[in-house]
Amino acid sequence: MSEYVIEMRHITKIFPGIVANDDITLQLKKGEIHALLGENGAGKSTLMSVLFGMYQPEQGEILKNGEVVQIHDPNDANRLGIGMVHQHFKLVEIFSVLDNIILGVEDTKGGVLQKVKAREKVLRLSEQYGLKIDPDATIEDISVGMQQRVEILKMLYRDNEILIFDEPTAVLTPQEIDELMLIMRNFAAEGKSILFITHKLAEIMAVADRCTVLRKGKYMGTVEIANTTKEELSRMMVGRDVSFAVEKAEAAPGAVILDVQNVTVPSRIHKNNAVKNVSFQVRAGEIVCLAGIEGNGQTEFAYALTGLEKASHGKFSLCGMDITKSPIRQRSKLGMSHIPEDRHKHGLVLDYTLEENLVLQRYWQPDFQKNGFIRFGEVRKYAEGLIEDYDIRSGQGAVTTVRSMSGGNQQKAIVAREIDKDPKLLVAIQPTRGLDVGAIENIHKQLVAQRDAGKAILLISLELDEVMNVSDRILVMYEGEIVADLDPKAVTVQELGLYMAGAKRKEVRT
Amino acid sequence: MKKLKNNAGLNSVAASLMAILLGLIVGFAVLLIADARNALNGFGAIVTGGLSDLKNFGQVLYYATPIIMTGLSVGFAFKTGLFNIGAAGQYMVGAFVAVFVGAKATFLPGHLHWIVAILLAAVIGAIWGMVPGLMKAFCNVNEVITCIMMNYIGLNLMNLLIRSSLFDKGRNQSLQPVASAILPKFGFDKIFTVGATPSSVNSGIVFAVLIGILLYIILQKTTFGYELKACGFNRNAAKYAGINERRSIILSMVIAGALAGVGGALYYLSGAGTGIPITEELAAEGFDGIPVALLGMSNPIGVIFAGIFISYLKVGGTTMQVYGFAPQIISIITAVIIYFSAFSLFFKGLLGRLGKRPVKAEKQKGGAVK
Repeated sequence: MSEYVIEMRHITKIFPGIVANDDITLQLKKGEIHALLGENGAGKSTLMSVLFGMYQPEQGEILKNGEVVQIHDPNDANRLGIGMVHQHFKLVEIFSVLDNIILGVEDTKGGVLQKVKAREKVLRLSEQYGLKIDPDATIEDISVGMQQRVEILKMLYRDNEILIFDEPTAVLTPQEIDELMLIMRNFAAEGKSILFITHKLAEIMAVADRCTVLRKGKYMGTVEIANTTKEELSRMMVGRDVSFAVEKAEAAPGAVILDVQNVTVPSRIHKNNAVKNVSFQVRAGEIVCLAGIEGNGQTEFAYALTGLEKASHGKFSLCGMDITKSPIRQRSKLGMSHIPEDRHKHGLVLDYTLEENLVLQRYWQPDFQKNGFIRFGEVRKYAEGLIEDYDIRSGQGAVTTVRSMSGGNQQKAIVAREIDKDPKLLVAIQPTRGLDVGAIENIHKQLVAQRDAGKAILLISLELDEVMNVSDRILVMYEGEIVADLDPKAVTVQELGLYMAGAKRKEVRT
Repeated sequence: MKKLKNNAGLNSVAASLMAILLGLIVGFAVLLIADARNALNGFGAIVTGGLSDLKNFGQVLYYATPIIMTGLSVGFAFKTGLFNIGAAGQYMVGAFVAVFVGAKATFLPGHLHWIVAILLAAVIGAIWGMVPGLMKAFCNVNEVITCIMMNYIGLNLMNLLIRSSLFDKGRNQSLQPVASAILPKFGFDKIFTVGATPSSVNSGIVFAVLIGILLYIILQKTTFGYELKACGFNRNAAKYAGINERRSIILSMVIAGALAGVGGALYYLSGAGTGIPITEELAAEGFDGIPVALLGMSNPIGVIFAGIFISYLKVGGTTMQVYGFAPQIISIITAVIIYFSAFSLFFKGLLGRLGKRPVKAEKQKGGAVK
């Protein structure tokens, strides 16, 4: 019997223009939590897709308990006891929790579903591992954290012994992350083996036993967490030293660029207003951060500010111009740039090429069109410049279909496009969501550089570290209201957390 | 870089050809079942009929004209993410207005008469397309439903108006356009002819091809096309980029409607000696636009070839009658071939996989190579 429950030996997987995995070996011991660390585009997801049978590698073999196995599709993987929680959940939104868990392995009797036993098993598992769920709730009604618990129960229900978590914490609140860490430790203690894909070093240090690091598709090594440090891991991952603190000089706020007066935005989900009578200003040369726990009105506020939705009351002024009723194009022309929260929904036309996406906000400008005809030569030149300047990596350069690019590089493309527009106001909504430390560092630097160049920046973020490190002023949003106006140098993370949770508030000057 | 792009285009063409081949094989199988003895002859007729003589080839181009136009109509709307199933209605109202102008507006000077008829057909077709576009843009009503409604409104209105103002009682159809409203022949009647009977082909096919090329340029080269396609791929992103997505939806349907309307005009102004029949059925040319657009992968240039191909099959089908096949069988065969031809997308995927392109990766969400 082998020491390893799963071994992937010398895996090589090639896509057109890119070697996604180049001779990678990964060995998972029974009962360990094994982290898989790497930047966006390092090949983590590809490697897991190979293990899960979604891709066939060009070279290499997979062993289970020392024996070579063939995994042709996810069903094979499931038979071998391999289960996966995907980064984007694979749940049927309009089905109940129970139906989602049994989907694909339903008990039937004469063609009729038998759910009684299944329900018992689900409830037993839920109790055993402290995975609180309501089996009759509909997926679309429950929180993201609960949806993730459903995904975990799906694996347990199938008696999987090898559990893969693909960036499980990206969508969770800090409390939910702590809970998940505890659950993972319980699994490991029981003898289940866990593969934990992430690029958050703190989580690896907190929960993992060993860690395998990939960089640009290559195997960088496997280390014992007990014998390593955050700095060493990040050096292995990025290939250079990464600074976690954001270096910046004192802000020198200038004229008021954005003036928000008494803005109220109705909610699409419930009858109350999502944003209630909010007023504040953002000046040139400062980064103002709108902080808060997800779902406290930040998204709706951003939609109203950028013109995707309408505010029901109040007024937005940009450089003294009333833009409350302006169409989106007009706001853009007046100097507003917008890094949207959801890059797939709003930020990119995934089926367009990279160069077509890079001119999405300015294809109509004289630089890129003449008498209504797009100047493709100019577009190509411009796109190649941005690709170079912002280090956007893709398989085929400017003509790569954006859908085939990694999430981090998609985000880089959006950031490049929005910053290069030379805006007066940059609205950045969770600009580093789902990115690795190298890319985050890069984007933070660019935000600070924009600030120093005299731009007004409104950052909307859920990440406490980002809020504390990057901003010059923090506005805390709670249930649609601004409950505090804080100086990041004079406030602690704990205190900020209390404001965000609504436990504390102070009168806000406007 | 350029090579890769060409490769993708080549894949599309190869996929369409493979689909056609499969269609022909299945069609032949159906023929064997229908009448094994004559199957080979019949198959020969359908495959070669369109090229058997110049007159038949002329007929191919003649029948291709309206379905290229409706194919362009459906394909253009597809590009903006809309399913224009209303091409039939737009085609019929276009045909009616063209024939009405052609028969009644005799005060127009000769060389202007047919041009005015076509332009007014485009206008009425555009109006017929605009209604579903407006409903979609402002009320989010699914365009398929409104298009189907507009089809029946168009059909019945046309019957009513033909009976009241344009009726040829003897033939139970509309009056025919006068000579000055007939499209110029461009000398085609001299080329595509057998003995003294010329085919009905005329300048219409030239207009259809030119319009196809024009659409290709609009979609591929202009900011307007860029906006329309952005709306088709991702309406939210289009909105985010400041593209007026309502305007794009409406304009797309207006243009699609105009194209189908012109299709009706080009067909009934051809001087082939028929008026518009009084019928309770929607025009087949309208629905033929759907397989034409699919087979042409909604690419205007592809649609031109797809339209000629399907027309070729229809003409080939009529020559099968020589071997005693019932018209219904012929319809089935051509339908089977068209049906399988629409599998071209499937073949494109297959070719992609054979060529080791990351088909799976593209289907999955975004960051496959993480």
